[in-house]
Amino acid sequence: MSGQRASTSVAISLNGERRTVAPGTTVADLVPSTWRRGVAVARNGEVVTRGEWSSTAVEPDDKLEIVRPIQGG
Amino acid sequence: MAINVYIPSPFRRLTANREYVTVEGASVAEVLDALERDYPGFANLVYDRERRVPTHINIYLNNQEIHDLQGTQTTVADGDQLAVIPALAGGADAPGATNGASDSAPSSTALTPDEVMRYSRHIIMPQVGPQGQRKLRNAKVLIIGAGGLGGPVALYLALAGVGTIGLVEFDVVDLSNLQRQVLHQTQDVGRLKIESARDKLLAYNPHINVVEHRLPITSDNAMEIISQYDIVVNGADNFATRYLVNDAAYLAGKTLVDGAILLFDGQATVYKPGHGCYRCLYPDPPPPGLVPSCAEAGVLGAITGIVGSIQATEVFKQILGVGESLVNRLLLIDALTMEFRTMKIRRDPSCPLCGDNPTVTELIDYDMFCGSPPLEVPVEAQALL
Repeated sequence: MSGQRASTSVAISLNGERRTVAPGTTVADLVPSTWRRGVAVARNGEVVTRGEWSSTAVEPDDKLEIVRPIQGG
Repeated sequence: MAINVYIPSPFRRLTANREYVTVEGASVAEVLDALERDYPGFANLVYDRERRVPTHINIYLNNQEIHDLQGTQTTVADGDQLAVIPALAGGADAPGATNGASDSAPSSTALTPDEVMRYSRHIIMPQVGPQGQRKLRNAKVLIIGAGGLGGPVALYLALAGVGTIGLVEFDVVDLSNLQRQVLHQTQDVGRLKIESARDKLLAYNPHINVVEHRLPITSDNAMEIISQYDIVVNGADNFATRYLVNDAAYLAGKTLVDGAILLFDGQATVYKPGHGCYRCLYPDPPPPGLVPSCAEAGVLGAITGIVGSIQATEVFKQILGVGESLVNRLLLIDALTMEFRTMKIRRDPSCPLCGDNPTVTELIDYDMFCGSPPLEVPVEAQALL
């Protein structure tokens, strides 16, 4: 039963919130389109470079974090 | 001859905790002998087995190192002052070593007694020592902006005796700056920030050299300014300048100590050429208007002190060559939860600046790149610059 569920959805955390996404979901799929420019995404504590977003599929229990730049000084 | 001798705190266990003692002698050697007579054990502290003064002990006669005089054979006169200063983690330079540095920052000469006193809490640290203190004195650090971040960074670098501190700043002090910008005070409102900052830094430490770059940093002047320094610290308040400084520091081969703030949030990292850059982390600026500035959204004054102190600490670590820097790590600070986290960052082989096939090989138009309006020098600053 649980094996079947694992094949139909992947449980991850995104910016601290638990989410389930379809298998094969990539890092690029998780970034809202307004934020495609100008954010960094970390997967399990490591930043995924922009070039790898669409080829990096998320895996069960991945912790993903979208980090926005700030400009103040 | 009655000679007054300053006893450094690590030696005071021999002198019943007295800071100054008076002994008789006609030469430095005789004074040291007299100290051994009156305070047994003293000779073991100031002489090695061959009965020479080891390089880690500096002896000053009236503020002059005895190496520069006649060593222990230097004659002394009534009322002279002798100071024994142990440099715990290293030695003095060869006697007479000098170079072409300015008077205010002689680079490889021994530290003066005043400097040894002023920086004693650093010098006694094994990670600093007299050699580290001289490295700080020789260092040239450029700080972009003399505001929220640039202020505390410059302050701590100045206090620590970083010999040359360059400031790039064109703005004037505004009343709304005073909630967080520690170098500026109420009476400075309306003055150029760079003058206000220079005055405060020199008041804190007159031994340093403050270099004023009274202009906005642009694609036309960035390379020339940055090339004069060893390390660049980013305290800019807008994305266009952040990309400009990143690109210029990389192209000039300089380490960039980066920091940014907003609301209760802070970010800090160190970019070393070859180990990734701002563009590897954020390849594009966010669409204009999506990330507010501090003027638009606000910033907690104290977070500027946190992030600025972290940047200053990273500068010290770079200069001293100690510890593990923030290279390849982005530090994220949330002051609301008081959580500090780091995430690994690395060079992106496809980075347009520092990647394998770079397309950004010289500075570009950063206002256009960021879609931001060109930076304007305020009218009140134009008259003063």
